[in-house]
Amino acid sequence: MKNVRQKIAIAFSVLAILTLTACERPPVDSKQTGYRGTGMDQINNPRTQEQLAKINEMPAGIPASPDGPKAGAVYKNIKVLNNLSTAQFGVFMVSMTSWVAPKEGCSYCHNVQNFADDSLYTKTVARRMIQMNQQINGNWGDHVKLTGVTCYTCHRGNNIPKNVWFNPVDNRGGNMLGNANGQNNPVDTVAYSSLPNQPFASYLMEKSGPARVIGDTALPTGNKASIQSTENVYGMMTHMSHSLGVNCTYCHNSRAFSSWEQSTPQRVQAWYGIQMLKDINTNFLTPLSSVFPANRLGPSGDVAKANCATCHQGVNKPLLGQSMLKDYPYLAPNRDMPKDSAHSTAQ
Amino acid sequence: MEYQNLFTQTQVTGPASRGVPINAYDMRERTRSIGFSHLMGRLGNAQLGPVYLGRLGVASLIFGMTAFFIIGMNMLAQVGWNPLQFVRKLFWLSLDAPAPKYGLTFPPMNEGGWWLIVGLFSTISIMLWWLRTFRRAQALGMGTHVPWAFASAIWLFLVLGLIRPVLMGSWSEAVPFGIFSHLDWVSAFSIRYGNLFYNPFHMLSIVFLYGSVLLFAMHGATILAVSRFGGEREIEQIVDRGTASERAALFWRWTMGFNATMESIHRWAWWFAVLTPLTGGIGILLTGTVVDNWYLWGVKHNIAPSYPAIYGTVSDPALKVPSAPVATGEKK
Repeated sequence: MKNVRQKIAIAFSVLAILTLTACERPPVDSKQTGYRGTGMDQINNPRTQEQLAKINEMPAGIPASPDGPKAGAVYKNIKVLNNLSTAQFGVFMVSMTSWVAPKEGCSYCHNVQNFADDSLYTKTVARRMIQMNQQINGNWGDHVKLTGVTCYTCHRGNNIPKNVWFNPVDNRGGNMLGNANGQNNPVDTVAYSSLPNQPFASYLMEKSGPARVIGDTALPTGNKASIQSTENVYGMMTHMSHSLGVNCTYCHNSRAFSSWEQSTPQRVQAWYGIQMLKDINTNFLTPLSSVFPANRLGPSGDVAKANCATCHQGVNKPLLGQSMLKDYPYLAPNRDMPKDSAHSTAQ
Repeated sequence: MEYQNLFTQTQVTGPASRGVPINAYDMRERTRSIGFSHLMGRLGNAQLGPVYLGRLGVASLIFGMTAFFIIGMNMLAQVGWNPLQFVRKLFWLSLDAPAPKYGLTFPPMNEGGWWLIVGLFSTISIMLWWLRTFRRAQALGMGTHVPWAFASAIWLFLVLGLIRPVLMGSWSEAVPFGIFSHLDWVSAFSIRYGNLFYNPFHMLSIVFLYGSVLLFAMHGATILAVSRFGGEREIEQIVDRGTASERAALFWRWTMGFNATMESIHRWAWWFAVLTPLTGGIGILLTGTVVDNWYLWGVKHNIAPSYPAIYGTVSDPALKVPSAPVATGEKK
């Protein structure tokens, strides 16, 4: 008798351990963010938060005086940053190197015999990326607010930001069998779900359609959105949730996902983020396809493009909401400097 | 512990029970070998067999296993015929329904053709199996309660895979064959049609589902609790109430004032179980065909409460900003 009971107990413990391996251990923090009874809350694991805080530490900014001779007058072939003082220009070049090519150094973009030379493709790309920074900080305040972005927001010391997307190659497996329909594969971009895992081209490029599949009338009045298009949106939303480390209820009231009236203000900001990605993927990144060498391009010859994870990298505010623009005001040329920058306090 | 009876503690083994002979054909179709398994005896009856296969059973198994095989081959092809990847990704892999553009036509094999064939074969298989349960129940002179309960589940299966897709005019509305993918379908279905929790037939289905669980727990617990008085011999106690029945009935009258009888409890359980997929199927059938957004339907019929707008006024930015630089999110 005792023997049997022991065996049963052992079997149950093994089963319990197996089923719990995918779980996070308690305690987790939950915070109510909406009206009581609506289930609007955020669940955070304090241990994950600690790790995220560590990898989202801001690098030290280097202040530089805007006075003195202009870079455009002193150096040759300056096309974007010619209004910077030489001090600012030097500081920015050093900072950019540490953000994007800390191992390779100046020679990653420059011909060290002649720094004005444009022969390296990386220099052409870097110049365009500076303009992209200025576009984001100057015109997409609806999404990046006064915090703004720098090269570091995405690059974090990598030549290519860690989270980018390419157009997918169709996995059809021949003509008879094996069509995976662009889904059913556990990948990071859609949080390891079996949902369509390359939804980005449908929402983050010019002329891509809205992600609106839910009808706005109780009875059918012509909304023809299919289950497949709904799953595509679902894949995209899972990507957003995973990239920002938030639940659905960070933006939506899950009882009526489509209702703006019941959504949080963050949903509006996320909507602007999608519009911003359409702009930079279409006007800044895609035109660089011919500049990049083949080994930097995706399987179908397209350039690496941005999605939510490119900047956010697991937190709802990239770098936990700290602004680096205080020391690099020329990256946000079309607006005032951030007044509520967290930069000084973080130092 | 001995009297709690949570696991089968004793096994009485005797000579094999071959069942009542019916006719020569029937006897021929039954397997002859009968086995005994101590392990199975811990869960149920230790005797295995005889199995009655028959023509219906064979045909059903052929169709069913063909469908199963086609699904497996499609999944294997999706991982490049790599058995290791097949095992690793088994829960993610799926044989998907055709794309919406194919409507109710027969799509190319690799774009839903296989899905349609699997749908047909599994439907034939299930229908034949239903017929088999019906015929076997009749052969034994039983009522046909089991086949009709099974038919309720088949109703839901047919609504999901056949009736509703035909009414919607597209196979793409139907459920894919895959572990996670069919769960994703469930979520996407609810999202697309504005939250199925506001569907009254979904509500009913949940009531009967949870009700079934509750009834099953109450009944199972009651019978186990009086098994020391012979309570597990329910059939005898229906016509000849013994002390087990008396105690069980008194327990429920003491605790809640009312008790089911040894017979009626099974009627309760049968109806709750049967009504679960029956009402659920009606709810699915109405979704998309008659109602497009269940949440708004709920608002219209005053079953969805409104809450204070504690976030202030949040409105659709696509309407506020008619010309965002690249593309707005306006409806097409």
